[in-house]
Order: sequence, then C-alpha cells, then structure tokens
Amino acid sequence: MKKSCIISHYCQIRDHAVIGDDETLYERCGADLSDFFTGIYQHFDISYPKFYKMDNLCKLGFLSVELLLMDRNIQQRYAGHEVGIILMNASSSLDNDRHHQQTILDRSAYFPSPAVFVYTLPNIVIGEICIRHKFTGEGTFFVRERFDPLFLFNYVNQLFYQDVVQCCIAGWVETLGDYYDSTVYLIEKTGKPDAGITIFEPDTIKHIFAKEK
Amino acid sequence: MEQLIQKLKEEIIEALNLSEMKPADIDEKAPLFVDGLGLDSIDALELTVLLEKKYGLKINTAEEGKKILHSVNSMAEFITANKKS
Amino acid sequence: MSERVFVTGTGIVSAIGFDCEETASALKLSASGIGRITHLNTVYKEEIPVAEVKATDKELMEMAGIQQAGFFSRTTLLGIIAARQALLQADIKDIKAYKTGMVSATTVGGMDRSERFFKKFIIDNSRGRLRDIITHDCGDSTERIADTLGIKDYLATISTACSSSANAILLGSRLIKNGILDRVIVGGTDALTLFTLNGFNSLMILDKNGCKPFDEERNGLTLGEGAGFLVIESERSVRKDHKEVLCEITGYGNACDAFHQTASSPEGEGAYLSMKKALDVAGLEPGRIDYINAHGTGTKNNDLSEGIAIERLFDKNVPLCSSTKSFTGHTLGAAGAIEAVLCVMAIRNRWIYPNLFFRQKMTELAFSPVTDFQYNKPVRHVMSNSFGFGGNNTSLIFSGS
Repeated sequence: MKKSCIISHYCQIRDHAVIGDDETLYERCGADLSDFFTGIYQHFDISYPKFYKMDNLCKLGFLSVELLLMDRNIQQRYAGHEVGIILMNASSSLDNDRHHQQTILDRSAYFPSPAVFVYTLPNIVIGEICIRHKFTGEGTFFVRERFDPLFLFNYVNQLFYQDVVQCCIAGWVETLGDYYDSTVYLIEKTGKPDAGITIFEPDTIKHIFAKEK
Repeated sequence: MEQLIQKLKEEIIEALNLSEMKPADIDEKAPLFVDGLGLDSIDALELTVLLEKKYGLKINTAEEGKKILHSVNSMAEFITANKKS
Repeated sequence: MSERVFVTGTGIVSAIGFDCEETASALKLSASGIGRITHLNTVYKEEIPVAEVKATDKELMEMAGIQQAGFFSRTTLLGIIAARQALLQADIKDIKAYKTGMVSATTVGGMDRSERFFKKFIIDNSRGRLRDIITHDCGDSTERIADTLGIKDYLATISTACSSSANAILLGSRLIKNGILDRVIVGGTDALTLFTLNGFNSLMILDKNGCKPFDEERNGLTLGEGAGFLVIESERSVRKDHKEVLCEITGYGNACDAFHQTASSPEGEGAYLSMKKALDVAGLEPGRIDYINAHGTGTKNNDLSEGIAIERLFDKNVPLCSSTKSFTGHTLGAAGAIEAVLCVMAIRNRWIYPNLFFRQKMTELAFSPVTDFQYNKPVRHVMSNSFGFGGNNTSLIFSGS
C-alpha cells in the first residue's frame, strides 16, 4: 500500500537568485526586494498584470510557483481539483499587515486601502496561485516558527494517502521587510522527474531546503 | 477638463498598480470595468478611496459608484461638478 | 485510517453567551448579540453595529482563571474560556493520559494588544509597553492556550481567513483518523480589533443596520468576536474511558474557489466542491443532510454564491438551512468552530436554529432559510459551511447516532 511519492521539481528564491532543480535560473544582486521581484517577472516574460497589485508575500509565492510549473503542463496532466497547495511561513502576513497599519495611522489623513487590506491574510497567496493556475484542490497555510520538513511530509503524505490530491505544491514562503526566502516543491504520486528521482521524504525535503547556491 | 483627465489617468495607474500601462493606453470614454483594464471590485473600492483622498469627494452608495466610476470621463465630470474650491 | 472521530466536549463564548447554556437560551429567544459598539474604541461607535462579547478584558481574565496580567490578549482569553469548557464537558482530568494535541485557528491573534501599544508608540517611540506586542503573533494565542491547559504533544495554528477554525477541525479529525493522536482540542478564537473593523469597512461590506443573511435586501456582514472549541477523540480513548459521545465528525472537505482574493465565484464552484467532498468522505447522499448551518455572512456576494452552490448540490431538496451569524456576527477565525459547537448542540437536542432578520426571499434562489427556532426535529446529519477570503472553502459534516 505504501507507495512513495516523488519531488519532481523544486524552485527556490533566496539570496538574490532563483534556483530551479539545482540550476541558477536568474540572478540579480543589489536590487531591492521590489525591483528583484519585478526583475524576475520581466526576465521570464510572465504576462499577468495582476502581479503588480499583489503584496510581497503573494509576489514571492506567485513567482516561485510560476517558475516551478513553467513548461510542466500541470493543467494538462491534472484536473484542477486534483492539485493541492500547502504552504507555511513564520511571519504570516505581517509584512503587509504593517503596510495596512500605515494606511490607518494618520487620523487626519485616514484612508485605509482596500487593495492592501485584502492581502492581510497569509492564505491569499494560495488563492492567487489557484486563480492563476485554476487549481481547486485542498489548500492550507501554516504558521510555524521555522521550516519543518517532517511536519510538511506528514501533512502532504496524508493528503496523498487519503486520495485528497494527486499532485501537491508545498513549501515555505516567507517575507518580511527586505527579507525573502522561498522553497516550493512539486510533489507527485507518479511522473517522470527530469533529472534523477527524488523520493519525497523528510530527508530529501530537508536536503533541498538547506541547499545553497 | 483635458488636464484633469490626464491627471486622473496617471493617478489611476498609480493607485491600481497598473504598471504595464501608460496614460495613453486608457481610453477616457471606454468603461473602466468589464473587460477594458481588467479591473475588479477591489479596484472599484480603491478608486473610491482615490476620489476621497485626492479630491475630498465621497461616494455613498454602490449605485452612485457604478455611474461615477464608469469611465475616466464620468469620474472627471463628477469631480468638476462637485469639487469644492 | 479507519479510526472514527468522536466529539466529546464543546465550549463556546460569543456575543450571545459565555457557555453552551447561555447560548442555547439566546437562540431559543431569537435574541441576537448584534448591537452598538461598547468596548472597542473607534470613531465608528455610533455608525457600525458589531457582535461584541459582553465583557471587559479584566472580566475575561477572571473567567479564564488567569491571574498574571499583561501576557494574554483578548483573543487568547476568549480561547481559554471556550477550551476549558470543552475539556470540562469531555471530563478530561489528566491531559497527559493520552496523546493529546491542539489545533487552534485565529486571524488577528494579539492584534488588540498591538493596537494598544501602537497608540502610544506612534506619538513617541520611546513609549508603549513592549510587553503588549509579544502576543501579536497568531501562534502566540495557541501556545498560551495550550500551556494553560497543559497540552504538549502537538500544536498547530491555522490561519486561512474565515475558514480557519473549520480547517482546524478538519486537521484535528485527520490526526485522529490516522492514529497520530488520541485526542485533539480543536477550534478557533478571534477578538474584535480596529484592524479588522477598518479593513472590512474599507471593503464596504459592513451592513450599517446589521447583517440580514439570505435576505433580498441584505447589504453586508456584521463583525463579531468569540471562540469555539471541541474535544475530539479516537474510538480507542472513548471506549477505554467509557466516554459519553456527543456526536461524530463524519465528513470534511476543503476546496479552492480559484476566482478572486475576496469575492466568491458566481457559480459557487469552491463551495460546491467542498460540500461535495465532505459528503463523499462521509459516504452520504445529499438527501441525508437534515440541516445546513450556512456560512451566510449577509454580503450580497457570499449568500448568492453559497445559495447557488447549495441548489446545485441539493437541487430541489435543499435541507433546512440557516445562518447563525445573525446571532453571533461573523467571528472570522472563530466562526467555523463556534458554528460547529452549535451543530453539535442541534444534533444533541434535535434543534434547528432560526436565521434572524430574514424578510424577503432572494430572487435568484428557490429556497428560504428557517426563521423560527424549531424543536424535536430529526437532526441526524448536519453540514456546516465556512468560506474564507482567498477562496478557501471548507465544509464539515457532524452526525448523531
């Protein structure tokens, strides 16, 4: 009964670089976070103007998954409800919460921004990704002090085991102020990984997360 | 009026983060919502805030909002007709 | 995998009462908790009604049995009060006797205290008590509730907007089903804050006259605050201790609407999928559901989308249905758990709750919600819906014996 799942691909955005399956896909030093994100968006010729409206957490999650899924034909291979998204981070939506706070600080110029407020929840990043790729499967967002490979493994494994999903995008998406760090994994029951087979297990999750460029 | 329309277009682009657009891309006569610029209900709220913040004008009901936010022209007309100065 | 999930304890605190008993009386009297703002210090005091828990932080501390002032946000205090009730009803004396975990949900965490800090800090950044912001983190409330109750084996905090605590129940149920834990205290808690009030107000979805779920003239939601917790247990611990079972959690489903950050899709796709999944997990035909405790926020968008999804699934045989947010307001992260507790009470007592402030049927829908409190109804299987921003939709099914 216990069949192993595989990590068919991963994508990492940290330290001024985008890494996909051990390869540096894009690098740009010296840019601030906002320019860096926009740089990635433009470099990969992504056409999704809504990107510019997103808060930084959504931008980071969106870009990570965008590059994770580029040319993978996920939508052809799975029905929308078969794809789940499980993400976690440490700061929840604090980065954008602070932004929202700014808009309600000044009593004499009191203009709470609805467009900012809608991003004051961490799971909106899951929503944005689902809207983009038409995924309607299970999704949840965990707030944990640090990345927890075992927790992630157990949770995602349960989803597979109980046939809730056939394919799962999972990982860590954290941003606060100038800091950003993401690692997202594409986990599948079956499928052909491009380079070698990475079994989905706590050690491999951990190994990929700990990689440095 | 011409000036106001130009200014409004710039303000809309900034407020709604329409980074890939230039003022010239927005047709002041065309409906802002439905197709057009791909705006949604949150953008409508954001435009409501814009009118209040920059022009001190309040939209009170959704019906009123629909008419005023129809196009850049209708926004400009609303501002000209109601601006206190 | 084959483990069943039993509910053995419930706890609730909201605008309509500090425990299950008070809550039941308010429901029977059709006495809504929605009213004028009294505790929150805001310019909207006279303008926007809310469903506040009728107690100061100090009074809540007493109820929660907390002496040490200063480290507990309102969110945490509400949670402790509800969680303690649930443990009491489940007759759990020794928390360490079984592998016990806690999954708690919140959307604002300790925001109420952070706001207090900010008010002083913003005028002079050498002022403000730092102690007030250490409770800010959403996980802080879970940790403090768990600490107070002595739970150590497993902790998780879920924040998925208005479906948060329904997802906490879903996760807890899975943990039992898979034999990972024997007992889980699941639920959620959220206090009213300026952050939420102003945010929702900027979205122009707060009804200035109070929410009217599923009414043709509905014009928005009403914010509330509170907490709900349930003790859920495995077959093993229930058998061993000869526990009285309140009901069983038989179904759960979560789906993404994939439509918009805040708005629900016109065809209610996510809602339809989550309800359908819950039925599949429970192995029930739609016709077996006796009552739906709807998400029913009272916004034009939600009620239409949810209503359409319900009609898609149940066709012409829509079960008795109501939104109890007309009593408790929309308690956001706590809503799913508060409504779960109400569902357990409905099954236990054969009750159906009214949907207050309903006058006129929506033109787009064929069904109307229940408007009076009904006794002695056959209530075996109950469905509870919780839909959140981000299109995160969850449906749960509770079943009596």
